[in-house]
Formats: sequence, C-alpha cells, structure tokens
Amino acid sequence: MDKYLEIIRIRFLMMLAYRTNYYTGIIIYIINIGAYYFLWKAIYGARGEVEGVSMVQMTTYIAIAWMARAFYFNNIDREIANDVRDGKVATELIRPYNYLLTKLMQALGEGLFRIFLFSLPGMIIVALIFPVNIPVEPELWFYFLVSITFSFIINTQINILTGLSSFFLMNNGGLIRAKRVLIDVFSGLVIPINLYPLWAQDIFKFLPFQSISYTPSMIFSKAFSYGELINALVMQGVWSLILILPIQIIWVYAKRKVIVQGG
Amino acid sequence: MSKIIEVNNLSKDYKITSSRSGLSGAFRDLFSRNYKHVTAVNDVSFHINRGEIVGYIGENGAGKSTTIKMLTGILTPSSGSIVINGMDPHKNREEYVKSIGVVFGQRSQLWWDIAVQESFRLLKKIYKVNDADYKRNMDLINSTLEIEGFLDQPVRKLSLGQRMRCELAAALIHNPQILFLDEPTIGLDVLVKMKIREFLKEINKEYKTTILLTTHDISDIEALCERVIMLDEGKIIYNGELESLRTSYAEGKEIVFEFKEKKAKAALEAATSSLPVTWSHLENDLKWIAKVHKNEISISDVMAAIVEKHEILDLKVREVALEEVIRKIYEEGIRNGQVS
Repeated sequence: MDKYLEIIRIRFLMMLAYRTNYYTGIIIYIINIGAYYFLWKAIYGARGEVEGVSMVQMTTYIAIAWMARAFYFNNIDREIANDVRDGKVATELIRPYNYLLTKLMQALGEGLFRIFLFSLPGMIIVALIFPVNIPVEPELWFYFLVSITFSFIINTQINILTGLSSFFLMNNGGLIRAKRVLIDVFSGLVIPINLYPLWAQDIFKFLPFQSISYTPSMIFSKAFSYGELINALVMQGVWSLILILPIQIIWVYAKRKVIVQGG
Repeated sequence: MSKIIEVNNLSKDYKITSSRSGLSGAFRDLFSRNYKHVTAVNDVSFHINRGEIVGYIGENGAGKSTTIKMLTGILTPSSGSIVINGMDPHKNREEYVKSIGVVFGQRSQLWWDIAVQESFRLLKKIYKVNDADYKRNMDLINSTLEIEGFLDQPVRKLSLGQRMRCELAAALIHNPQILFLDEPTIGLDVLVKMKIREFLKEINKEYKTTILLTTHDISDIEALCERVIMLDEGKIIYNGELESLRTSYAEGKEIVFEFKEKKAKAALEAATSSLPVTWSHLENDLKWIAKVHKNEISISDVMAAIVEKHEILDLKVREVALEEVIRKIYEEGIRNGQVS
C-alpha cells in the first residue's frame, strides 16, 4: 500500500509542476457555472420553482455538480491510450505493481489535488458571486463525501474500461470523446435527471451514469428525501462493484494482446 | 554453474494488417482488411548461467527486442517456455519483475516532469528497498556513474548521457539479480559509454548480477561479454564464446605490404605458392594485402618468402575486426558452420 501512497504523492507533485493549468482551470469552471446559472435563471423567469426545485437549489446543484466534477474527472482513459500508442505500457509492465490500480491511484492523486486546491477555493468564490445554499448539517456533508467517493470510483472505472479499449483498437480517440459527452449529459451534470422525461429517467435507472454527478449534487442541494438518499448511495455502491467484473475480464485479454509500438 | 534463464522453443508471431495502396485500396480496407503473419522470434532456445554477461546481437528487426520483451514479461510468447529464476515471467509478472532490472535505450522509464530524485524515491517505495540497502546501492552507482550533480533536475532537462546514467541507476535501485539492457549505449559519446561499461562490469563483479544486453555497438560486446547469441530473422545462428566467433569465422590475419616498386599479382603469388595465402590489391600496385588463412606460423613464412625476393617499405599485420566478421555474417549468413 505504501507504494500506491507514493504514487498519489508523485501525481500531486506533477500537478504542481504545471501550475498555470490549475489557475486557468478555476476560471473555466466558474465561467461554466455562470453560464448554466444564467441559462436556468432565464428558464425559471418569474416561476418560483420547476418540478419542485427552487432556483437557489438549482444554483447550488449546478455549482456543486461542477465542483464535484473537478474531483471525479480525470484523463486516465487518455493516459492509458497514450501508454499503448507510444509503447510506454512496456515500462509500466516491468514494475511490480498492478497497472490498473496504479492508474486509479494516479487519478486519485489528481482528484485530491483538485478538491483541495481547486474545488474548495473555487466554491468560496462561487458562493460569493452566486446565491448558493451551502448545507451546514454535518451528516449531509458525510453523505456527500461518501457519495463523491463513489462518483470518483465509478467514473474512473468507466475511464479504465474506455482506456482498455485502446489495447484492441489502437486508436480510440473517438470513443474517448463520445464517452465524455455521454457522461456529461447522462450523469446529470448539464440537466438534472429529474427534469428528463419519465421514460428517459426509467432508462437512466439501469445505467451507471447518474451515480456519477446526479447523486452527490442532489444530496448537497438537499433535493433528496432520506429514503431516496440511501437508495442512491446503495446504487452507487452496487455499480462500483459491478464494474470491477468487466474490467478484470478485459484486462486479462488486454495483457495477452499487448504489442509494444516503436521498437 | 546454475542456470538462471532457461528458454525453450520460444516463438512469437504477430498478425499485422497490411494497407492496400491508393484511395480505392483505402476504401476496400474499410470493409475487409488484409492480414499478414510475421514471425518475429522463431523457435529460440538458450540458457544463461548466474553471473554471466551475454550479448544478444543481430540486425535491426532480427527479433532481439521482441525476445527481451518476452523475457521481461511484457509480451506473451506465442509458444515455447521461459523460466527465469524459477518463474514464468508472464504468469507471475508482479512477483517476477521484482528480481529484474530493465533499461530500454530508446524509452525513458523515469517520470518526465519531476526531479530524478523523486523518481528514485518512488522506485525505492515501489520495490520496498530499505534505507541501508538504498544508500549502499546509490553510493556504488554514484562512484562510477557520477549522477549526484543532477539529481534535482527534472528528466526533461537532462542530456541523453545524463539521462541514460539515471536510467541505469533507476533499473538497479532494487539490486536485481538479472539486468536486461536493450541498446543501453545508443547515441552516447565515448566517455559515457566507457563509464557505463565500467559500471556494468563492477556490478557484475560485486553482486554477481546476470546481464543480457542487446547492442549494435560491437565494442560494447567486446568490452563486456564472454558469450554472444546471434539472431537472424528470428532464429539463433550463433551461440557461443565471442573469441571462437572470431577465430572460427574470421579468415585468419591480414598482412599489408607496401613495396618499393610496382608489383604484379602473379609475381607475388609465385613467391608464396606453397603457402595458404590469397592476395588482393589495395592501391596503385604498390600496396597489396595478403590474407593468411590458418595458423600463426604461416605469417612469418609469408613475410620471409616475400622479403627474400622483393624490397618492401612497410608492413602491417592486422586481425580481421570482429565488426567485419559480424557484418559478413549479417550479410551472408552462416552456412555449414562457415561464413560463406
């Protein structure tokens, strides 16, 4: 376990090595939150609430959805694809560690960096600019933290699956982009799931995507009843477990398919 | 001596797509691909003893790197078996790689954006090296490779020579029993090459590290290896001592004569008719080369025979360079145990 902690630390250092990315990141996220805030403000107009969600709740939802994204979002899929494309996978396989677990830890290093140095200061700025309602109940914060941990796990698992496809496809750039859009739309980042038509909501129930963004954001903006909250957390846990299976199976085949490009 | 690496009937096939030419070909490729089977390594067997330094040589594309990648557990063999240190590299990968160190000359295994010492620290943790061993190892590495001065630099700022020395240090942090080197001196200057060779000899002596290296630099092989394995088109064509490669495939020695007057070939041949010599022209009928087959005695015989009848200005005896021998083998292959 020691070595994986070290991997998290190294990724932290690497993020620090490129500070400019980090400052521009904060600005981009705030612009995104602002854009969605004004969009929803126009939609709400004079109405007090839409589908039982008040404007303040909606603003909180948007703000936390983006700030949580800073934590769960990572480019592990692209990194795996790059490792395969330029043959770096060779130097990864001569190390006495589990390649996928290492990737997961690198993602965690990146996520932790962002949540402390990006989401927290970002959220303070957002709270000053926009009318958000930050919860004060400690148990809500606890559920929220559990929930974004699952968000991170599920999103990273989907990224690993996407990344592993590069062992078979060689060029999976299109798949990676498609996956990103799919997650942004179906996870509830752009539009909360409860505003989709009912038939669509029924389909989403059988997909892992709403566990990524919708669940933690709804918890934070106090839009879930206690029963819904527990139900959603259990679903997150179930998906985290289910997704281990395809990853393990594909990884066995991927290792057999390894070809090292470029000598 | 105990065998540490045992390879039996190892083969690796690749299925590669071949693109049709032109635009219409590209459209046809969309619907059905052409595949070609390529055998990179073909039924290779050898073994290496503990503490040996073995050179693995062959032309570009002969299958050297593919073999190294199978031996290090990166690639799965298509058939055959590998047992190293009692383990199957591919099946017990995570356990197995703890006992090996690998350097790919063309590929960095250090982390590009962070200081070298951070990479080392990470490797120390990954391989669970304790502080005392780490210090002892690093002292040894530092005494020959002299890397101390740039440990605080990120890898991307190092020169190739500095980087290669760090790569080597990185591969040896956990003091592995076996070291695989894939073209470790590629693109390096003479001084760095010397340092690296010196260092490899030292760890081989100090820790009995078994070393398998591929290289295109024959002087690396001459400086380090007692045994070479030569590969051509995926097959082993020579496996034995370096010295006997030279003696059995090099055609003896050469004597270069510089005469005072111009000579004809016939006259020289007549003078040495009873000896195993072939004459060839070097320049302007004054310089001639006598290739002497067989043993040492005939060299003095040839010289005596010539000096008796012809006046000479200068003469040089030279050994056929190993590089020459190997070039010839690459070009023509070995037939019936002889360079044809």
